Amino acid sequence: MSSVTSMSEAVSSAIDDGDSVYLAGFTHLIPFAAGHEIIRQEYSNLTIGRATPDLVYDQMIAAGCVEKVVFSWAGNPGVGSLHAFRRAAEDDVPNAIELEEYTHFGMATRLYAGAVDLPFVPLKTFAGSDLPDHNDNIRPVESPFGDEEVYAVPPLTPDVAVVRAQRADEDGNCHLWGIHGEQKEAALAADTVILSVEELVDTATIRSDPNRTLVTGDEVDYVVNCPYGSHPSYAQGYYDRDNEAYLNWDETARTVEDTEAWLEEYVHGVADREEYIRKLSSDRLLDLQAGNSYSVPVDLGGS
Amino acid sequence: MEYTDTELMVTAAANRLRDGDSVLVGIGVPNLACNLAKRTHAPDLTMVYESGVIDANPSSLPLSIGDPVLVSGAMNLESLHGGFNYYLQAGRLDAGFLGGAQIDRHGNINSTVIGDYEDPDVRLPGSGGACEIASNVERTLVVTPHDRRRFPEKVDFVTSPGYLDGDGEREELGLRGGPAAVITDMAVMGFEDGEMVVESLHPGVERSAVQEATGWELQFSDDLTTTPVPSDDTLQLIREELDPDGVYL
Repeated sequence: MSSVTSMSEAVSSAIDDGDSVYLAGFTHLIPFAAGHEIIRQEYSNLTIGRATPDLVYDQMIAAGCVEKVVFSWAGNPGVGSLHAFRRAAEDDVPNAIELEEYTHFGMATRLYAGAVDLPFVPLKTFAGSDLPDHNDNIRPVESPFGDEEVYAVPPLTPDVAVVRAQRADEDGNCHLWGIHGEQKEAALAADTVILSVEELVDTATIRSDPNRTLVTGDEVDYVVNCPYGSHPSYAQGYYDRDNEAYLNWDETARTVEDTEAWLEEYVHGVADREEYIRKLSSDRLLDLQAGNSYSVPVDLGGS
Repeated sequence: MEYTDTELMVTAAANRLRDGDSVLVGIGVPNLACNLAKRTHAPDLTMVYESGVIDANPSSLPLSIGDPVLVSGAMNLESLHGGFNYYLQAGRLDAGFLGGAQIDRHGNINSTVIGDYEDPDVRLPGSGGACEIASNVERTLVVTPHDRRRFPEKVDFVTSPGYLDGDGEREELGLRGGPAAVITDMAVMGFEDGEMVVESLHPGVERSAVQEATGWELQFSDDLTTTPVPSDDTLQLIREELDPDGVYL
């Protein structure tokens, strides 16, 4: 049963040092607020998983929270490298990180296996690539129905997943629209789930459109009402990606000094997401307002 | 009209796309190439993105492969698993664009590390969906600047398989399709018997310059031609409608 709480409470209750955590989201609805709270609470030795570690994982690595990264593409999307990730991987700064590397389909399939509780799932990729030579979790299997050989991956079952959606009721029944990424599989695969949303709505709103439901409240342990919780990533229909922030991070993250100064100002220097958003100028927030594009209502019928 | 290297690459990439193709697109040159093809010879081209967007119809240039403009007006959205599972793995895509830090004579691509995997000189972003794209589309199209560093005889790490050792290993592994074209700022290359072959040189580029920028003895087609330059209409379309703010040009 889920409960509505603050991000600070949700994170401190759900996550322990050394846990494996999965902050879900594929370019859309990245849980930046949760990542910053993890940094603020000075977690250590975390294993962090995500297909696309981006700025928020770069920031968590720079802050020294991370021991291991399970991933498939570590970059600043549309911009270039993740400099803190590279410093850790190439030069052990601020600490060495272990890398466990897949392809996007490999990661998505591991989460799927975790979500449906299968010991492994076969997939058609990895053949001819050097990746299986460096990851014991990618193994060839022969079809039990013929002589075709494919690869297989085991389930990924994070201790904690943070998932985001546009709206939920107080029980954690939630609606997501736009790019789904791996939010559903992450929620179903993890032991404990923190759901962070742009707004809380009543249950009737969720029941009015069940096709749009990501997961029901049964899967959710903590519900956090967190407007702008994905900035500088975006929430479809709520606000656009703050591209300037992605470009600025490419400069900031190039040196340890600038990175630490940024973390001091925007993470340690604020109490929570609301204070972080208040630091941004209103002009900037207005520029990020999404335009309108409504879907045509559907008739679900009824008596 | 004068044209830039990027405009020539966009045009050359668009020329490799066919009407009716379903294409796995990236941002930058591939995105412009798909939009150019759609506006000219391939109106029924379908743009698919790794983020699960199927048949995107963006009103402006996307900043990333998961940009909200790709979602508004799209025909379908799949989850990350759904897009790779139902579309790529199932062989529903005709062509796909890839970049990468290195590509070798057999079209193998490296986007993982420069140097040793365990102790890399440069840690690159990794596969993302590149391995799946290279393994499952019929025609892999590569767009990259042309220099010796990027064109070694053998890549440091095979992230995405091309023709592997060039001796039929790709077919033996059951991989679909394969690298079809490499489009650079100097030339357009295709593949014959699993080996890269220069098909056309860009205007003003000498054979020796392309050889100099490549880390092995490069094959040139017997029918070597000059890459067609973009027409004035094409340039106008690219500059005024496809990338009016000059983000990628």
